[in-house]
Amino acid sequence: MIKRTALSFAVAFVLGAALAAPVMAAEGTPHPPRNKWSFAGPFGTFDRAQLQRGFKVYREVCSVCHSIELLTFRNLSEPGGPGYSAAQAATVAAEFKIPDIDDSGQPTERPGRPADAFPKPFANDAQARNTHGAVPPDMSVLAKARTYERGFPWFLLDMVTQFQEHGPDYIVALMHGYKEKPADFQLPEAAYYNEYFPGHVIKMKAPLTDGQVTYDDGSPATVDQYSKDIAAFLVWAAEPHMEQRKRIGLQVMLFLIVLSGLLYFTKKKVWSAVH
Amino acid sequence: MSGHATYQPQNAFMKWMERRLPIAGLVYSSFVAYPTPRNLNYWWTFGGILSFMLGAQIITGIILAMHYTPHVDLAFKSVEGIMRDVNYGWLIRYLHSNGASMFFVAVYIHIARGMYYGSYKEPREVLWILGVIIYLLMMATGFMGYVLPWGQMSYWGAVVITNLFGAIPVVGDSVVAWLWGGYSVGNPTLNRFFSLHYVLPFAIAGVVVLHIWALHVVGQNNPTGIDPKSDKDTVAFTPYATIKDGFVMVCFCLLYAWFVFYVPNYLGHADNYIPANPAVTPTHIVPEWYYLPFYAILRAIPNKLLGVAALGGSIVILAFLPWLDTSKVRSARYRPLYRQFFWMYIATVIGLGYLGSQPPEGIYVIAARILTIYYFGFFIIVLPLLGMFEKTKPLPNSISESIFPAGAPASKAKA
Repeated sequence: MIKRTALSFAVAFVLGAALAAPVMAAEGTPHPPRNKWSFAGPFGTFDRAQLQRGFKVYREVCSVCHSIELLTFRNLSEPGGPGYSAAQAATVAAEFKIPDIDDSGQPTERPGRPADAFPKPFANDAQARNTHGAVPPDMSVLAKARTYERGFPWFLLDMVTQFQEHGPDYIVALMHGYKEKPADFQLPEAAYYNEYFPGHVIKMKAPLTDGQVTYDDGSPATVDQYSKDIAAFLVWAAEPHMEQRKRIGLQVMLFLIVLSGLLYFTKKKVWSAVH
Repeated sequence: MSGHATYQPQNAFMKWMERRLPIAGLVYSSFVAYPTPRNLNYWWTFGGILSFMLGAQIITGIILAMHYTPHVDLAFKSVEGIMRDVNYGWLIRYLHSNGASMFFVAVYIHIARGMYYGSYKEPREVLWILGVIIYLLMMATGFMGYVLPWGQMSYWGAVVITNLFGAIPVVGDSVVAWLWGGYSVGNPTLNRFFSLHYVLPFAIAGVVVLHIWALHVVGQNNPTGIDPKSDKDTVAFTPYATIKDGFVMVCFCLLYAWFVFYVPNYLGHADNYIPANPAVTPTHIVPEWYYLPFYAILRAIPNKLLGVAALGGSIVILAFLPWLDTSKVRSARYRPLYRQFFWMYIATVIGLGYLGSQPPEGIYVIAARILTIYYFGFFIIVLPLLGMFEKTKPLPNSISESIFPAGAPASKAKA
């Protein structure tokens, strides 16, 4: 009886909790293929070289259209990130022009400082829409803002296996998803067909081509490599304290396991007097 | 419930104090000497867990409020500022957002336990109703809290839920405009939601005090549903209940920590990391998981006013449970038929929860309608009739007899 009750509640909780799994229109959209990520799982950490490559892709390609306004230059040198030194972060900052007001009250531009946020490519949304026909989304938390529906029972298992890399998998898939449109597909003007984009109609032209970005560490200069590196970079940008979170998490779990064990035996001892 | 020692102050100061404000005596009689049925199982530990979660939510919430900015242009950024630049801000925020879910996990188990063992029956009706009021306040607080980060789901959730009040005949539109503080969900709405989200937990804490007070007047129910008859049927709250509650609380924290540290966004929606945009409606507007069964009931009914009435009724009907259930026997342990209907009810709520997360079309709507009928049928038809027709099993003479059927307490039964 007790066992059945416990099981029923376990099932109830698991079902209930998991129903919050994010939803995305999935009609006719294939699931993004799974990738292997260094930051997955309870012990996951970022691959510093990959974050640096991803930053290079962002800077040379994405940043032309996409802002990343929540990220500051100092973040580049903070622990758990791409591992640049403070001096390197300051050098990067100085290469950007930041809009400011000078002493006479006139708009001006000055070199960036570590405390500055990355400047936006457009003055406002209207300008971006006028240029591109759509506002390119800000990339700061993009890796957490994109997902796909996993379906039953996977969305339940994800809670246990800690699979949560829906966002980066989707970003990689999107970069691979530019295909010839099916013959009967109606594609609007100035739009492109993408297999993984919900509805398949995307305003962004395929952004990456092989050889477009030159890596300093000899990694292959391919769309596949670029897309994985930018996705990893965006995961870090969305969750810059992830490494600290998982590290503290392990300490907390170990502490709680030991404490619960001690309390269990204390409880047993206390209750032995009345049982 | 005599026979338990009363508080005897040991030193001069405590003696002086006890004659003027007997607070030590109150704590002693409520949380030390207070007799609890000796046969309580682990389902009885969730009251303590809920108190802990309320405390955790208030403390993390007060810290978050120090860094949060309730303005439509700044709310999203201030939450991200907490995540990025406040020391351990990510921890405080994830504790708070996942804490809400853990609070609801615990309250659902607590309510289900009360329903299974008939804890709402005479003389515990007021205790039960106070619990329903706490649950309603929790739902309001949780909803308004989810609006505060001002992401897409925050905004559109607020639009959908506030619009429900528009179904009220004649004054609906005026009520909605009054709730919004304008002609759409906007800055005044966010401001008042923040204000209410901050104050309601203290209202909850007040009702919790009444809930515990009522509990200590009528005493705890127990798995047999029969009242303690002698000292043999009870044990002192401390150390017996305290250590048991403490152990389970730490186990519950393990679950809580799993979500906070390893899958902190699992129980949320990806869309809520997109800043609120009144011009773009998300493909599916889905509330937090703990509202999904009621959301399914709302959408199962084709008429808006009736849907809203059913949504409200599905929660309010819990308050009438003590009078809808006509059986004299409390515990489902001795009610074989009620037990079947109870588990069907639990399955129905879970099923409605699943349907609430799915688009309201085709087979999902039909299934939601069938389950809605059972949801209400359980309260309005099954419970009143069951008390008249059900053949219950014989009750034990006392709690200790139910544990030790042989008679004399065996010294080492089981842990």
